[in-house]
Amino acid sequence: MTTTTTAPPSTAPGQSPQLRTRRLPVVASLGIAVAAVVLSAAVVYGAGIGGTALVVALAVVFYLVGLFLASNAVEGRRQARNRTWSALIHSAFVLALLPLASVTWTLVSKGIERLDGNFFGTSMNNIGARDPNGGAYHAIIGTLEQVGVATLITVPLGIACAIYIVEYGRGRFAFTIRFFVDVMTGIPSIVAGLFVLAFWILIVSPYFNDGRPGYSGFAASLALSVLMLPTIVRSTEEMLRLVPAPLREGAYALGIPKWKTILRIVLPTALPGIVTGVMLAVARAAGETAPVLLVAGGGAAINFNPFENNQSSLALYVYQQAGDASRYAPARAWAAALTLVALVLILTIAAKLLARRNRFSR
Amino acid sequence: MAKRIDATSVTAYYGSFKAIEDINLTVEPKTVTALIGPSGCGKSTFLRTINRMHEVLPGARVDGKLTIDDQNIYERDVDVTAVRRMIGMVFQRPNPFPTMSIFDNVVAGLRLNGVRRKSVLEDAAERALRSANLWDEVKDRLGKPGAGLSGGQQQRLCIARTIAVEPQVVLMDEPCSALDPISTLAIEDLMFKLKDRYTIIIVTHNMQQAARVSDRTAFFSIEQTGDPGRLIEYDDTQKIFSNPNVKKTEDYITGRFG
Repeated sequence: MTTTTTAPPSTAPGQSPQLRTRRLPVVASLGIAVAAVVLSAAVVYGAGIGGTALVVALAVVFYLVGLFLASNAVEGRRQARNRTWSALIHSAFVLALLPLASVTWTLVSKGIERLDGNFFGTSMNNIGARDPNGGAYHAIIGTLEQVGVATLITVPLGIACAIYIVEYGRGRFAFTIRFFVDVMTGIPSIVAGLFVLAFWILIVSPYFNDGRPGYSGFAASLALSVLMLPTIVRSTEEMLRLVPAPLREGAYALGIPKWKTILRIVLPTALPGIVTGVMLAVARAAGETAPVLLVAGGGAAINFNPFENNQSSLALYVYQQAGDASRYAPARAWAAALTLVALVLILTIAAKLLARRNRFSR
Repeated sequence: MAKRIDATSVTAYYGSFKAIEDINLTVEPKTVTALIGPSGCGKSTFLRTINRMHEVLPGARVDGKLTIDDQNIYERDVDVTAVRRMIGMVFQRPNPFPTMSIFDNVVAGLRLNGVRRKSVLEDAAERALRSANLWDEVKDRLGKPGAGLSGGQQQRLCIARTIAVEPQVVLMDEPCSALDPISTLAIEDLMFKLKDRYTIIIVTHNMQQAARVSDRTAFFSIEQTGDPGRLIEYDDTQKIFSNPNVKKTEDYITGRFG
């Protein structure tokens, strides 16, 4: 009886449906595509209402309608729906990919201009508005140190927190922690920056700085930690929950204590997913501008010490160069943006390779 | 080395739900005991109370007394991990550790309990794999992932992993239900072999399997859904399958119910 819903209407219930049906030839859909483009061009330019973008958009609509009608006439309704929806999903995919491709292209084509040894070897110290040189060495150092320290803080803390929630937490307390981690996910970065400014810079840092408050890269790390922590906790939590319970029970049944089961069985199994979560957090932190501006202060000179004096970062550098009046600044901003993206990409690939290589060592 | 198990009025709960009630039974050393009964009658639950695996689930608890050679494992000062080291368990679905090689899987119990010497681990791995009838199939690829084996091999790997820590009792929770007949036969042969050294308790839905492998058989059942499971009859396998005392057992075994 189920055949009645899928078979052509000509087949009565109980009768075996036709297995071979007429198909729309491949040339037909190509023809419809060409016709749709021509028709849409004629409409748009004939009426003088727009440019290429409108032609493409209208052509897609015409193509979908034409395809549905043609397929409906030749192949029947079910096949026509199938074709139309497939075409829609494919166009949605292309539409989603367009901005990404566009961003990548813009970034590479504009960033490549200043991507030279000088850019990586010098800072902005003593670079005047008329000086075409100047680089992001100090900003790269700043980004690496700030994000690195923030990662050192948040990865152990975040993973431990997720382990507590998944493996140990029971009842109200664990629920409360989960709730607040969720709330933390929504904290705007400027708020995290303000928090560290009010707490660390104004209250704590004077104790280390002869009574005067001072900017530092470490303060930026703290602000970035506030932003990274919830991402790491939530993604690790999800990954730990994906580890099948029989695996844990298998370990318990061997007389392996719970903490060792978590450390040696559960965590390694979830490791690739955890690494992905950590890298998402790192990527987010590396792109933050506001907290660095607020608590590290920025700066043009190279400062290797994250615990003292101003530091810049790549994101902040992009922000400052993009707003700079010098005619050489925009090229530097693009090069720094490209460097930032490349840096995150390299880190992500390296982390994934490490996570995979570790699987069968020892 | 094999131990005698004595259950006295064991009752197990999942939260407020009573899963089994008042189970009394004695398992002699170096025998195979089969637990049979319809789905949901609590035989797996009872099995999991024997190595304190039941309490792993949130809200689960056990009342009553369960002694292994006169030592009650539900005393307050008993170390759960020590109990589980003494009473190994094989699960329904093969669960090799996916991040570990075949070798690492077999010695996981030893290594994670502090055995470091490579020679000791290698000896133990070979002995366990030979006992599990798996050595010849995997000896050339001990470094390959354990999850890459076939289902039957994985289950024998899990058995090897279990006996590598040299427990005295081996619990098996439907160890063959996910396997084909040939792998099942391999595991049944294995049980005959292991019986010389270990006390084995097996849960099975396969009546022929229970008749083939076990010395004693316990029949569990429930009145209706929601009631706790009870032990209906416990006797020599031969007796249970030829001339059971209780009508219900006979009905179940002859396929008239359940």
